[in-house]
Amino acid sequence: MKKNLNGKILGIIAVLVFFVYGIFGVPSGITGKALTEALTKRIHLGLDLRGGAHLILQVVVSEAVNAETDNTVGRIQQDLKKANLSFTQVYKPDPTKPTVIRIEGTAPSKSSAVRSLLDTKYSTEYDLSGGGADNSWTMTMKPPVVTALEKKTDQQAIETIRDRVDTLGVSEPQIQEYGLGKDQILVELPGIDDLDRVKSIIQSTARLEIHAVVGGPYPDEAAALASTGGGIPPDEMIIHGSGALATGSDADSVYVLQRVSVVAGSDFRSADPGTDQNGLRNVRFTLTNEAGDRFYEYTSANVGRSMAVVLGGRVREVATIKDKIRDTGEINGSFTADEVTVLSKMLRTGALPASLNYLEDRTVGASLGQDSIKQGVTAAVVGVLVVMAFMLIYYRGSGINANLALILNLVILLGFMGYTSSTLTLPGIAGVILTIGMGVDSNVLIFERIREEVRAGKAAAAAVDQGFAHAWVTIVDTHVTTIVSAAILFLFGTGPVKGFAVTLTFGLAANLFTAVYVSRVIFDAHLNKMEPGQTVSI
Amino acid sequence: MGSPRSRKRDLGHPRILNAGTRRGPALQEGRESVEFFRGVNIDWLRLKWYFLAFSLIFSVAGIAKMGWNWAQPQIGSPVLLGVDFRGGTQVQVKFARTPDTNKIRSATVAAGIKDASIQGYDEASNNEVLISLPEQSDETTLDQGRQQIVNALQSHYDNPFTVRNVQVVGPTVGKQLEKQAGLATLYSMVGMLIYLWFRFQLIYGVAAVVACFHDTLITVGFFALTGQEISLTVIAAILTLVGYSMNDTIVVFDRIRENLRLSRRESLPDVVNRSINQTLSRTVLTSGLTFLTVLSLFVFGGRVLHGFSFALVVGILIGTYSSIAIAAPMLVAWQEWRGSRGSAVVLPAAKRPKL
Repeated sequence: MKKNLNGKILGIIAVLVFFVYGIFGVPSGITGKALTEALTKRIHLGLDLRGGAHLILQVVVSEAVNAETDNTVGRIQQDLKKANLSFTQVYKPDPTKPTVIRIEGTAPSKSSAVRSLLDTKYSTEYDLSGGGADNSWTMTMKPPVVTALEKKTDQQAIETIRDRVDTLGVSEPQIQEYGLGKDQILVELPGIDDLDRVKSIIQSTARLEIHAVVGGPYPDEAAALASTGGGIPPDEMIIHGSGALATGSDADSVYVLQRVSVVAGSDFRSADPGTDQNGLRNVRFTLTNEAGDRFYEYTSANVGRSMAVVLGGRVREVATIKDKIRDTGEINGSFTADEVTVLSKMLRTGALPASLNYLEDRTVGASLGQDSIKQGVTAAVVGVLVVMAFMLIYYRGSGINANLALILNLVILLGFMGYTSSTLTLPGIAGVILTIGMGVDSNVLIFERIREEVRAGKAAAAAVDQGFAHAWVTIVDTHVTTIVSAAILFLFGTGPVKGFAVTLTFGLAANLFTAVYVSRVIFDAHLNKMEPGQTVSI
Repeated sequence: MGSPRSRKRDLGHPRILNAGTRRGPALQEGRESVEFFRGVNIDWLRLKWYFLAFSLIFSVAGIAKMGWNWAQPQIGSPVLLGVDFRGGTQVQVKFARTPDTNKIRSATVAAGIKDASIQGYDEASNNEVLISLPEQSDETTLDQGRQQIVNALQSHYDNPFTVRNVQVVGPTVGKQLEKQAGLATLYSMVGMLIYLWFRFQLIYGVAAVVACFHDTLITVGFFALTGQEISLTVIAAILTLVGYSMNDTIVVFDRIRENLRLSRRESLPDVVNRSINQTLSRTVLTSGLTFLTVLSLFVFGGRVLHGFSFALVVGILIGTYSSIAIAAPMLVAWQEWRGSRGSAVVLPAAKRPKL
C-alpha cells in the first residue's frame, strides 16, 4: 500500500514536471522576463490579445467557371478549324449561365463528324445535346465538374494568398477554409493592424491576363459600342483602361477585347522587376512551356496586331506584336517602384484564380490587446485567490489539498496548451477562470460527501473512501455534459470562441485527474500518517 | 496534510450526536469547521407555486420586452444584436483628448458619411468612442467604411487618435452566424437530453432541458431588459451556462436517484426534498465560488468581456435556482400527473449507474 502510494506520488510529480515543461520549455533564465518570453513562445496569444487582423474572404468561384468555359470556347473553335469542320459561331449565349456553350451553323452533312469530335474531346467534362435540324449544339458543363472546379479554385486561392502573405513576413499567419459557408477563406494575420497594405497585396489585382485587342482606344463606352455596330458580340468585351494608361489627362479610354485570354494568371512561371531600354521600370516574365507554345502560336499568327495586358479588370498596357514571342516577355508602362515589386510578386506566386470579396474584417489594435491581457490576467488572479482563500477557510486542512489540486489543474491546462501550441484568446482566459470555478466544484462535491460520511459515523479512511466513490458518479455526469456543450461550441464557434471551448474542455479533462485522482492520493498519504482514531481536517 | 494543529483536531465523532440539529458557522474555541446549511430541512416542494410565479414574472417580462423590441422598426430583433450578427462597420477609436461627439458627427458628415452612429465606449475618462455604420448590402464595398471613418477623423477633427478595434461584418456572415448560434444552443440541449436519457431516464433529461431552456430564456431576457447587445462571446457564455446549469441539475438528480435506490418506501416528494437539502450546501458553495470567479471577471475583465461575464453572472444565479426550483419539482409533477391518469406509478430510478 505504502509503496504503491509512493509510486503514485512519483507519477503525479512526473505529470507536474511534464506539464511545467509544456508551459515554459527550457527557459533561457528564471527571470520574469525570460519566463514570459518562454511562455509566449509556446502558448500563442490570439489576435484579440496581441493585436492583428482577421479577415473572411469570399472567392468568386463563378469567375473561374467562366474563365474555364471561355477557354473551352477557344479550344472548340481551334479543334473545329483543324478538322476542317465549318461553323458560324461558338459562344456562350447567356452571361448568367457561365456553364453553357453553344455552337451554331455546322454543316448538316458533317453532323456526325462534329458529334464524334465533341464527344471524344469534351464528353468527360460536358454534356452534349443538339445536332438536329438547326445544326446547332449545346454543351453544358457537368455539375460534378463544376463543383470540382469550384473546389480547386478555392484551394488555389488559399495557396496563392498564403504565398503572398508569406512575402509580407507576417509571423504565424493562418489561412484556411472557413467553415461556415462555401467558398470562404479565413485569413488571420497577427500583429498587423494596418490592413491597407495587406489588402493591396492579397487582393489588389486579382487577375492578370493578356487579350487580343479588337478595337480601341475609344474615349467612352458609347464610342466603343458604336464601333462594333451597337452591340458587343458574345466573344468580345469592353474593358476600361487604367488611369496610368490615359495619355495626358484623366481621360477615360475604352477598349474592345477578345473575351478569351491568350495568357492568364496561372501561365506565368516567373516574373522579376526590371527596366526597359528607356530606363523605365517594367516586369519581365517567363511563361510555362504549355502557355509558351500557345503564346507562340498566337503571336506568329498576329504580327502587327495589338494585345492588351489586363490587370485587375483594367487595361494596363497595349503593345503591338512585333515578332513571334515564345515564353519570355515584358510588361511595360509607367509603374512606380512599389507597383513593379507587387506586380512581379503576384505573377510569381501565381494569380488568384478568381477575384475576392471581403465578408468580414476585424482588426484589434495592439494597445487594446495589451489592455485585454492585463484585465484578463487580473481577473484570473483575483478569481483564483478568492477561491483558494475560501477553500482554506471552509475546509482548512483539506482546503490545502483542494488548492494543490487546483494549481495542478491550471498547470496541466496551460501545459497542454503549450504542447498543442494552442492559442490563448481573451474568451480563452475567461475559460481558464471558469475552469477554476467549475473545477473546484469537484472538490466541493467530494468534500461535502466526506463530511456527510464523517457525520454518519464513519472512520476517517472509510469516510474518504465513500466520499470519493459517491461523488465520482456525479462528477462524471457533470463533466460529460459540460464537455458536450463545449464541443458544440468548438464545432460552431469561430476564432476566439473556439479558444474558449478548447480551454474549457482541456480544463475539465484535467480536472477529472486532479480533483479526483490527485486529491485522493493526497488524502491517502495523509491518512497513512495518521494515528488510528484521528479524523481528517475537513 | 495541513498544520500539525489541525491533525490533532477531533471533528468527526462529536458531530454524530448533533447530526440533524442546525449549527451556525460560529466556531467553538476555533476548533469547529466552518459549515453552512448543516441539517437543513426545507420543504422545497411546498414553495413550488412561489417558484413558478417568480420564474413566470421574469420569463414573461423578458419575452414582453423581446416582443416590444421586435416590433420596433429600428431594432427589428428580439434583442439588440452585436455587430457580428447585425453586420456593418464598427470602429473603436481612442482619442488623445476628451472627444466631442458633436464634432465627430460633423466630421463624418463633412466627409459624406451618412447614418454613422457615435457613442462613448467604456468610462468617459478613457476617451474612447465607437463609430458604427449600418449594414451594407453590397459586399464589394464592405471594406471602405473603415477607411472612410479614419479619413474623416483625420481631415475634419483635430484630435489625435488611435484605432483600437475594427469590426466589419458583411450581411452573409452575419446571417450565417445568427443561424449557427441558434443551432449550437439547440444542439447542445439535444446532446444533453440524449446523455441524460441514457444515464438516467427520459423524464430526467426533459426536466433538465426545460430548466436549461428556462435559464437561457431568462438570461437572454435580461439582455433585452437591460438593453445590452448580444455578441458572439455572449452566445459562448450562454452555451457555457447550458452546461453549467446542467451540472447543477445533475448533482441534485444524482442524489435523487441514489436516495430512491436506498429507500424505496419513501414517497417521491420526500426523496426530492431530502435530496435537495442534502446537496444544498454543495450547490450553494459551488455556485458561490463560480459566481465569485465570474464576478471577478465582470469587475476586472474589462469592457470586451462585459457582455460575456454579465451573461455568466446572471446565468449562474438563475441556473442554481432552476435546478432546485424547476428541474426537481418537475420530476414530482410528472409522477403526480402519471398517477392521476391512472398509469402505474413508476419511480424514475430504475437504472443503476454503471460507474
